[in-house]
Amino acid sequence: MSQDPIIALKNVAFRWPGRDGFGFSIPDFTVQPREAVLLLGESGSGKSTLLSLICGTVLAQTGTVQVAGQEVRALAKGARDRFRAEQIGMVFQQFNLLPFGSVLDNITLPLRFAPERRKRCGDAPENAAALCQALGLPEGILRAKAATLSVGQQQRVAVARALIGAPPILIADEPTSALDETRQAQFLDLLFAQVQAQGSSLLMVSHDPRMGQRFDRVLKMEDLVQRERPAA
Amino acid sequence: MILRLALGSLLARALTVAMTVLAIALSVALFLGVEKVRTGAKASFADTISGTDLIVGARSGSVQLLLYSVFRIGNATNNVTWQSYQDIAARPEVDWIVPISLGDSHRQFRVMGTTTGFFEHYKFRRDRGLELEQGQIMDDLFDTVIGYDAAQALGYAVGDPIVVAHGIASFTEHKDQPFRVSGILAKTGTPVDRTIIVSMEAIEAIHVDWRSGAKIPGQSTPSDTLRQMDLTPKAVTAALVGVKSPLKTFALQRSINTYPEEPLLAILPGVALQELWAIVGIAETALLAVSVLVVVTALIGMMATLFASLNERRREMAIFRAMGASPRTILGLLVLEATLTAALGSLLGLVMLYTGLWVVQPLVDSAFGLYLPIDAPAQREMLTLLAVVFAGAIVSLLPALRAYRLSLADGMMVQS
Repeated sequence: MSQDPIIALKNVAFRWPGRDGFGFSIPDFTVQPREAVLLLGESGSGKSTLLSLICGTVLAQTGTVQVAGQEVRALAKGARDRFRAEQIGMVFQQFNLLPFGSVLDNITLPLRFAPERRKRCGDAPENAAALCQALGLPEGILRAKAATLSVGQQQRVAVARALIGAPPILIADEPTSALDETRQAQFLDLLFAQVQAQGSSLLMVSHDPRMGQRFDRVLKMEDLVQRERPAA
Repeated sequence: MILRLALGSLLARALTVAMTVLAIALSVALFLGVEKVRTGAKASFADTISGTDLIVGARSGSVQLLLYSVFRIGNATNNVTWQSYQDIAARPEVDWIVPISLGDSHRQFRVMGTTTGFFEHYKFRRDRGLELEQGQIMDDLFDTVIGYDAAQALGYAVGDPIVVAHGIASFTEHKDQPFRVSGILAKTGTPVDRTIIVSMEAIEAIHVDWRSGAKIPGQSTPSDTLRQMDLTPKAVTAALVGVKSPLKTFALQRSINTYPEEPLLAILPGVALQELWAIVGIAETALLAVSVLVVVTALIGMMATLFASLNERRREMAIFRAMGASPRTILGLLVLEATLTAALGSLLGLVMLYTGLWVVQPLVDSAFGLYLPIDAPAQREMLTLLAVVFAGAIVSLLPALRAYRLSLADGMMVQS
């Protein structure tokens, strides 16, 4: 099965503006469709910057960043934001939800910015309810305020939000670090089941190598990325 | 949904938002209140005299004539002779004419000689006439009807004696001919409240023993003799005139102004009142300017709280960004929030204004004779509210632009 990669970075060099030239380069990084990739790295290894590059909130100085076959840099600013909404579901370490919104509001938020994803998911509240059920969230949670949920529930709601409308890519930035060990395993089980059911690619960033066996590929940041120190 | 989230975000910060809303509401209520008082005062002022078509006096300035004939401020430089008065009264255009004779005082209140026609024809607030609170209109030569404020200030009741002083702020008094309070007028909110009204004949009578502004020594005519005398006035200070047809007003005014026998001046009260308002209205404008500044202050307060909230809301903005919101959406969200806050404040301010009006209206009316009408917000007030909401949106642009820049820099990652 030879398909075009869903994420492809080639000869990318990035330098933070104004930060005395801290930067890095990524010669080659690809993620295939339906592939689950774990990126291992300590904090400060450039994980967040890599994710921002893929999401198009920052742009590389040189090289190409392609997401779902689209060169990110070629998109206009507003189109890039919409592209992100259409293609990528995002789960953070914690504080994923708008505390004042209901669970339903939070789950359907990306649909607001992604008309095609919205079309794909059909009836949004029904879809959200189905996802919540599949993720083992109690019934009737949709109307609850996000702030009243436990951390574990919040992370699962975040997954539901990332998955609604079946975006081709799901990016998770240390999604389990706020959970204890048994909950971590539970959470990953549910996450993998849903990602596989939807056929999305999963790119997860973590500092914890123990979960590696679940993934198709495990990459270390230091192998992937060449740090650049400012020239003296 | 964005609107719902904006509302939710506002609710989550209910306390600070409530304070901002309250500040805006108070400022809006103050502004609209001042505006109400201003228009109310202007209307009350314009309503000081109505139903009178012309005021006639000796030739001076129109504002001066208005001041002394209606507001009892200042003095006439000259009188109108009884002959001229009679001539005007006899003209076919004239429906009614009421003479006014000024010059004496009682304590700090002016004494005005007039006829009973004054009680009939003097109107204020469009068509309200003078009403007696106690007693009756003067019957005897030495009867007097006093205004409400004068009665209150001096503590007079019907039947009390009054000694009129010659001139204003004078030490010579008409002690020989004391008056008796026969009636007290109800509050009008006009200078009539501060006036002691006597008959024209009474003014003549108390000056029988006077020549050239001084009492003739040793001469004192008894009251009963005075009652028998012919007390036809020799002059009047001014006269209020009503015409038969409004169309005749200008013709009559012109003929009085060009009266060959004596230099006279006839003015339209409404026009003169407007001229006078142009002078005294400046204070009201200053008040209005201050209340505009209060509104501006409240809006700047809102801007400050928006700025202060930005840091704690960076995570919220990052979530929006990660979900695909553009920085422009973040900007819009903040402006929307500020607009909602300002709108809420404006509405609350309107409610406060009407509640306040409802409470103070009767008090202000009786205490100051200032009538503040409670009616549905006029277009002008609605425009003011809209302007406040719009200004709120404009003011919020600064913090919103900062949020825009922050969310552009932060992207989805908040370094916390």
